[in-house]
Amino acid sequence: MNLHVSADIWQPVRLTLELAALTTVILMLVGTPIAWWLARSKAWWKEAVAALVAIPLVLPPTVLGFYLLVALGPSGPGGALASLWGARTLAFTFPGLVIGSVLFSMPFVVQPIRNAFEAMGEKPMEAAATLRASPWRAFWTIAVPLASPGFLTGAILGFAHTVGEFGVVLMIGGNIPGKTKVLSVAIYDYVETSQWTEASVLALGMVVFSFVVILTMMLIEKKMTKSAS
Amino acid sequence: MSTVKVDFRGTLGRFGLDARFEVPARGVTAIFGPSGCGKTAVMRCIAGLNRLDGLCSVSGDVWQDEKTFRPVHQRPIGYVFQEANLFPHLSVRRNLMYGHPGRTEAGAIGFDEIVGLLGIARLLERSPRHLSGGERQRVAIGRALLSQPKLLLMDEPLSALDQMTKDEILPYLERLHAALVLPILYISHDIAEVERLADQLVLMRNGAVLASGPLSELQADLSLPLALSRDAAVSLDATVLKQDATDGMATLEVGGGSFLVPTEPLTLGTRRRLRVLADDVSLAVEAPSRSTIVNVLRARILEIRSQSDHRVTALLGLGEDGHGARLLSRVTQRSWNELGLQVGLPVYAQVKGVALVRREEPLA
Repeated sequence: MNLHVSADIWQPVRLTLELAALTTVILMLVGTPIAWWLARSKAWWKEAVAALVAIPLVLPPTVLGFYLLVALGPSGPGGALASLWGARTLAFTFPGLVIGSVLFSMPFVVQPIRNAFEAMGEKPMEAAATLRASPWRAFWTIAVPLASPGFLTGAILGFAHTVGEFGVVLMIGGNIPGKTKVLSVAIYDYVETSQWTEASVLALGMVVFSFVVILTMMLIEKKMTKSAS
Repeated sequence: MSTVKVDFRGTLGRFGLDARFEVPARGVTAIFGPSGCGKTAVMRCIAGLNRLDGLCSVSGDVWQDEKTFRPVHQRPIGYVFQEANLFPHLSVRRNLMYGHPGRTEAGAIGFDEIVGLLGIARLLERSPRHLSGGERQRVAIGRALLSQPKLLLMDEPLSALDQMTKDEILPYLERLHAALVLPILYISHDIAEVERLADQLVLMRNGAVLASGPLSELQADLSLPLALSRDAAVSLDATVLKQDATDGMATLEVGGGSFLVPTEPLTLGTRRRLRVLADDVSLAVEAPSRSTIVNVLRARILEIRSQSDHRVTALLGLGEDGHGARLLSRVTQRSWNELGLQVGLPVYAQVKGVALVRREEPLA
């Protein structure tokens, strides 16, 4: 076995972290209002929206990737969007990857935040309103702090899940080094080309990373149940 | 024009509500009725937390009518929930300050004043998680008051507490009532609480308002369930007339008569509230000559109601002419017949027990 690790092993790592960080930020911004609406709305069709958000949990990533490929391609809305800055398509680009990751990791962010909002109940918001707090102020000073464990869980899961995605990336990102070649694809690639050392370094890194993520989640949960009692 | 005027109609869940009343916007107005009769629903509608068709105006300020519905946070209310509902992530001090406007005008309810009044100074830096039920409820009351409300809404603030804690909080509520000129709507299903705190009463049953008006009037109204209930009583606002240091008895005057009450020393001229149970008042046609009952008052029978348990509840007017304060008396049908009692007759009301139910307060 060749013990020399190629230097460009870090390129997919950096790209993956960039993608996961950006995706997480966008998911917090987009997912929070969705989670808030799902937690508070009394619309009968809200569970249909919830199901739509949760679909990536059960859908084969290749199916999602296929539709995204069509949507992001030159004849889809993604292509129209790309033409704004003179590009032909969003497929096989980093922005396309971000869009795919946001959709794919959405349930992992929305669900914990929604649960936290629901666990909080209506009462603290009602109390805030009777104390002259506008809905906006009550949201930031009461709902967000009370739901903070949910936000933390959502962020961690969203980040980790984006780091681990493979199928969607492969479908819409391809394998362009420095642009769309993320960790999971890189590992696959190294195995294909028999670069076992690189593959095992990345694989072991992923194992450690996943362990830390799960452990952190459990500790947060433990702290949550403690402070709730 | 200074009234709380309410008229709500509609259904909340499976529950029909048709509540209309108008009470003066001063003192404590108790909304009284059995559990599940719609008291909380009415209060939530006043606060704007629930929305039913109707009308709500406070001191001429329209909060809701056909065209307007002012959102909760724009209504100058304080709301004390059954469970204190403090913000668990904020300290007691920050809970108290949450609704406190940055700058306060003259006459505003001050932080130190409220903290002193409610006895919560030593709790300020604690988390609500580490407070007892009674402490929590006191903080919740303080938090509501510091938001400078024009109307304080209290939804059974004592119902989640045990008797000991209730007895610990009631004096604070009485102090509030005496110290602040703030109209309070107070929900309760406990008549003892109502008798201690309320000036006006809104009587509810099955989502509707049976009657509303001054507490003593409704208590003495034989057409209402209150006067016929097991613990029927009247509340009398009395003035301290004399204080006898040697035997520990004070003389308190009400319209048409006066009562001797055993008590700790009272300040002359102050107002106190007396409660006399209907079961504690018996009737005599002649003045009893020797008796251990110290309170024998001349009265006239104004109205009677026979009850299914062979007893008679009589409404008495104190004084020879019967124009004084009202008392209720409950006697058996048998003694009623034997004495030949009837409406219009002058009688002697023998009052076995009189309770002082409200703390001392200066004459308004």
